[in-house]
Amino acid sequence: MGLLTSQLWSPYVVGIGIGILVWLSFLLSNKAIGCSTAYARTFGMVERSFRGEKVDQKPYYKKFVPKIDWEWMLVLGVVVGAFISSIISGSFRIETVPTVWENTFGSSAVLRFFGAFTGGLLLGFGARMAGGCTSGHGISGTSQLSVGSWLAFVFFFIGGIITALLIYGGI
Amino acid sequence: MLEGFYKDKKKQLFLGFLIGVTFGFLLDRGGATDFNIIVNQLLLKDFRVLKIIFTAVITGMIGVHLIVKYLPPELQPKPYRWKPIVIGGLIFGAGFAILGLCPGTAAGAMGTGAVHALFGVIGMIVGAGLFASIYPRMMGFMSESDRGSVTIPRLLGINAWWVVLIISIVLFVIMYVLEIYGF
Repeated sequence: MGLLTSQLWSPYVVGIGIGILVWLSFLLSNKAIGCSTAYARTFGMVERSFRGEKVDQKPYYKKFVPKIDWEWMLVLGVVVGAFISSIISGSFRIETVPTVWENTFGSSAVLRFFGAFTGGLLLGFGARMAGGCTSGHGISGTSQLSVGSWLAFVFFFIGGIITALLIYGGI
Repeated sequence: MLEGFYKDKKKQLFLGFLIGVTFGFLLDRGGATDFNIIVNQLLLKDFRVLKIIFTAVITGMIGVHLIVKYLPPELQPKPYRWKPIVIGGLIFGAGFAILGLCPGTAAGAMGTGAVHALFGVIGMIVGAGLFASIYPRMMGFMSESDRGSVTIPRLLGINAWWVVLIISIVLFVIMYVLEIYGF
């Protein structure tokens, strides 16, 4: 029972588990695990509900059709899986302002929500420009030894480390 | 047999969901759904996140290359185009630090009760939609440095297993050194 309820597992165990998921997706679905297209498709589905079918004519949505696909179901599954995990381990809790954010910006939830939205905006835009995210490039793409994915992985972290040091690191 | 299964849309969507549930469970147990752990990684104080990624990459690399050697699936590497990857990557990185989560882990964080992650998810939907909207004007920039699906073995003209071996050793050494120095 210790393993099921232990809140943090060894990062190596988790990494091997995720690596095996990469195999299973590849083998059973012929897909590479990724998350960021689901967000673009969601915007397209919302946009279509306002503006109708003509949305499907946008060049980007011809490449990434706004519909519920494998990757969209994967992202939905991530929400559910993390929920189940946090309930079993007892770590589920309503968090409005994380500690490290609070140390820098104070306890205002509104400011944190605004910050999270802004961060999300950059993530969504940057991921679609780079063609993937930490999962699609960082894990699945690097596993396939894709040159572009290794480059993306390095620049995700260069951008992330510089920004984090600037805003939370007190530099 | 597998080709038929790939075409079964309902089963595939359900399988995608199941893989997602397992992925979300693992991300949470890894601590990757926690803003503090991600930001401390980016501040180079805690290397848990990189250890997860490195181990996943070593495991993934070996398995994926065995699968493409003996079974039907083929590699599907994303195109190599350095300009959008470098600039998009830096924009992504800035968002990564501000949200303190990435597209996958933000979805997970939402499941663990992080209300702020919901705002991050809304931001990602809008940001991705914004890119889709300006994409027609970005097509030149997106394609000018496009060199197609290039892999490291093809670029260097060597056997993929050498690259798998060398990268595995390098990542192992980095993780070993991190452990020695108490990270």
